[in-house]
Amino acid sequence: MDPQRKRKIRLIVALGVAVLLAVALIYTSFSASTEAKEPSQLLTAAPGTSYDMTGKVVKGSVRHQGEELRFRVVDREGGGESLPVTYSGTVPDPFRGGREIVLTGEMENGTFVGERDTLVTKCPSKFTTSSNDS
Amino acid sequence: MTASPGFFALVLAFLTMVAAVVAALLGRNGDERWVLVSRRAVYAACGLLTFCVVLIEIAFATDNFSYKIVQEHSSIETPNFYKLAAMWSSQEGSLLLWAWVLSIASSLALYSTRNKLREIVPYATAVMAGIASFFTGLMLFAGGVNPFDKLPAPAPTDGIGLNPLLQHPSMMIHPPMLYSGYVAFTIPFAFAIGALITRKIDASWIRATRRFALIAWTFLGFGLLLGARWSYTELGWGGYWAWDPVENAALMPWLIGTAFLHSIMVQEKRGMLKVWNACLIVATFSLALLGTFLVRSGVLQSIHAFGDSTVGPYILGLIAVVLVGSTVLIVSRLDDLRTPKRIDSLVSREAVFIVNNLLLVALCATIFWGTFFPLISEFFTGTKSSLAAPWFDRYTTPLAILLVLFTGIGPLLAWRRVSWATAKRVFVVPTIAAAAVGVALALFTDALHKPWAFFLFVFAAFALVGIGQEFWRGAAARRKLRGGSMGSALIAIVSRNRRRYGGYIVHVGVAVLLIGIAASSSFQTKRDVDLRPGQSAVIDGRKVTYVRPTAKVDKLAFTAGALLRVQKGEESFTLHPTRNFYRPTGVPGASGIANYFAGESDSNIGLKAGIAKDFWAANQPNIAGLQHHAKAADEGFAKCIRGGAGVPPQCRTIGAVMRAALANPRLRPQALARIEELQLKTAEQIAASYVAEGAPTTFRVIVNPLVTWMWIGGLISLAGALIAIWPARRSRRTPVGAAEAELEALKEAKYREIRDAELDHAAGKLSDEDFALLDAELRKEAVEILDGVNGNGSNGHANGASERDAPERSTEPV
Repeated sequence: MDPQRKRKIRLIVALGVAVLLAVALIYTSFSASTEAKEPSQLLTAAPGTSYDMTGKVVKGSVRHQGEELRFRVVDREGGGESLPVTYSGTVPDPFRGGREIVLTGEMENGTFVGERDTLVTKCPSKFTTSSNDS
Repeated sequence: MTASPGFFALVLAFLTMVAAVVAALLGRNGDERWVLVSRRAVYAACGLLTFCVVLIEIAFATDNFSYKIVQEHSSIETPNFYKLAAMWSSQEGSLLLWAWVLSIASSLALYSTRNKLREIVPYATAVMAGIASFFTGLMLFAGGVNPFDKLPAPAPTDGIGLNPLLQHPSMMIHPPMLYSGYVAFTIPFAFAIGALITRKIDASWIRATRRFALIAWTFLGFGLLLGARWSYTELGWGGYWAWDPVENAALMPWLIGTAFLHSIMVQEKRGMLKVWNACLIVATFSLALLGTFLVRSGVLQSIHAFGDSTVGPYILGLIAVVLVGSTVLIVSRLDDLRTPKRIDSLVSREAVFIVNNLLLVALCATIFWGTFFPLISEFFTGTKSSLAAPWFDRYTTPLAILLVLFTGIGPLLAWRRVSWATAKRVFVVPTIAAAAVGVALALFTDALHKPWAFFLFVFAAFALVGIGQEFWRGAAARRKLRGGSMGSALIAIVSRNRRRYGGYIVHVGVAVLLIGIAASSSFQTKRDVDLRPGQSAVIDGRKVTYVRPTAKVDKLAFTAGALLRVQKGEESFTLHPTRNFYRPTGVPGASGIANYFAGESDSNIGLKAGIAKDFWAANQPNIAGLQHHAKAADEGFAKCIRGGAGVPPQCRTIGAVMRAALANPRLRPQALARIEELQLKTAEQIAASYVAEGAPTTFRVIVNPLVTWMWIGGLISLAGALIAIWPARRSRRTPVGAAEAELEALKEAKYREIRDAELDHAAGKLSDEDFALLDAELRKEAVEILDGVNGNGSNGHANGASERDAPERSTEPV
């Protein structure tokens, strides 16, 4: 086989493998991802499906009940009905009322039940004042 | 907007940078005077931006709250060290930092190339100054991000303060490190663009900027490491990496930068991969800009997305210009970039570099896809979906394992070609060592339960032993030639071949770091337990006892801690994790005690670090009781001031003081101080009752095997990078002109290649026949370069163009 041809075949094989891997990656990413929803959308969401909830903790709604944390969230843009949330597991340091959070979980009887240790609190913005959102 | 000296200096810096662009473009055809003007304009702009930074720092240091930036990010109570570092916690401050660091890096690059690369430099200057004027202009024109913006008079007496979470030593160095890394990649990018425009696409631009790429890479890597460390010790979470978009944004240019640092060696030594290198540096720089953009834009859900920003769209525009412009440029220069050279053998260092490049690019592409998946899925399916850490782990783990294998294989192979016999000889010891480690792990540990981690350990053992063998053989070869002790021979080979052995040390560090990551992520024990004082739990064979609660309070924070005793047999130690609840600053005395628990909080974890295991503990006190007490105290205070029947006599005095203060503003500070004092006393009582009550506390306890090696590995890599960056001794003869300097550099590079081959031969990496062939090739190439050098010497340096053509001409078969 002449070297030119050999190189071409090698290139095609390499590209083929790369394309296959890329397709696998793309395929799994769509099935492995969890849909992000805002609290107002979750109020009507079907139970049993896992969602990433992104919302804002209602100020003054945070209650500790033993190991469980109960609070309410609203859409990030504010407004709309608030959604009750229960969660247990680690609470990041910046968590508090008024903060934006991301939590994975599912709906159960009108309450969003967070998966253990999935609570992410957005880092306190260095650009907002810390005294006005207590 | 008031015209302060700082504002004026910033405007002047912007104009000077624009002037540098214009002058550089006027000097593009070799008019030395314009080139000189442009270079000096960059120096001047660097001076002006330094002046701006100094002014802002003085404003922070002297609590000048008439500046918006100072009022919003500092306060009287902010510790001095953090006052100076508060500049880059603001958006305008970080833009200033970007522009300032870029002006320094550009000045250094222009100074070091003042006698070199005469054709490329004007265009490179235009690119660097263009990007600097973009960032300087952003501060002036984007609105709301001018660091010299003043607040309307009268100036506030105190500022809001720096977020306590950010008041951590590593947090203060972390942002400037990352920014410096992002910024320094501008230099190789600018010279690459210059080389493409002028079609001077040999390795000269790479030689001139390689060190900047390495510095950028080192800064970025160290910044990432500091961020991980901060997360591990400060966030009360126990992890160091979360695949957060902004973390990924810093990791991606670092990965592509790693690929670039390897593949440019192939271009330097073999003249291949020119298109690839041009693409890599464009990608690295674009990803660095993307990192800056992601931090500032909030398009992706990230714990780092710092609110809405006005500069996001502009940076996105710049990325688009960079990508489109570079692509057009590369495509139009494809004919010049192509090279007829081919890889001699698949068993050679350049072949391994290509594999490592593909792995790094694949890793980056995977992370890119995962990071931007929310946008991608929204585009295709209409719903925003995101990918979590397990998805990232699934794809990055195998790639990382292969990479660690290649960090071991690469150093074992010589350039150009290696015969199978030689390859076998250098592979024997590392392979046996890796096999031995594998068997030992399988027999004595449960590493086989986690196959990925097991493979990583085995491959890392291969890499470590392989690189150790390299050092050993190199030193032995030197001893054979020069004698001396093993230690002095080691020092000699490292200091004489800094790039090579510095690089190997980086490989050692990366292998050690990955061992730390694999062990701590696969074999960690993590438990959350609720304990009352006196109770204990058994975690990973250790008895953990909650001895007693502690509490401390001052004007700034309420600190609830827990004393833990950890026992296992004879070994016993205590840990004291605490959690600080910060009161919002800037309004002393005006807020109640309950505000302690409405503000920020952070953790000081209890950590017993060890070579084999870290014992990590954080407490999450149940603050419901505390909040209840604080609220009651605040209510009592309010009642006290209102007066009426049954209130103690002291209430009447404080009530009188407050009423007086309301009527007479001049008495207010006194009254506030009184209240403050009273609140502090009450808070101290609450602290005492917290200790006395001994409420149950939730503890997170993590036993992390080998995690210390992650930090040690990072530091080893840093040391290796510094060795590789350290400048080599220069030849004493100073070259006369730019053309001669280029040839001189070429000669130096070829000599180094010959020395490398000799070292490889002496160390047994090249067989006698392979070495003879390679040496002959290299010497022939060196002679051709020398012909060029001598030719120049006799011609003088009047006829620039033909001189520079000399080496190319002489490469033609004679």
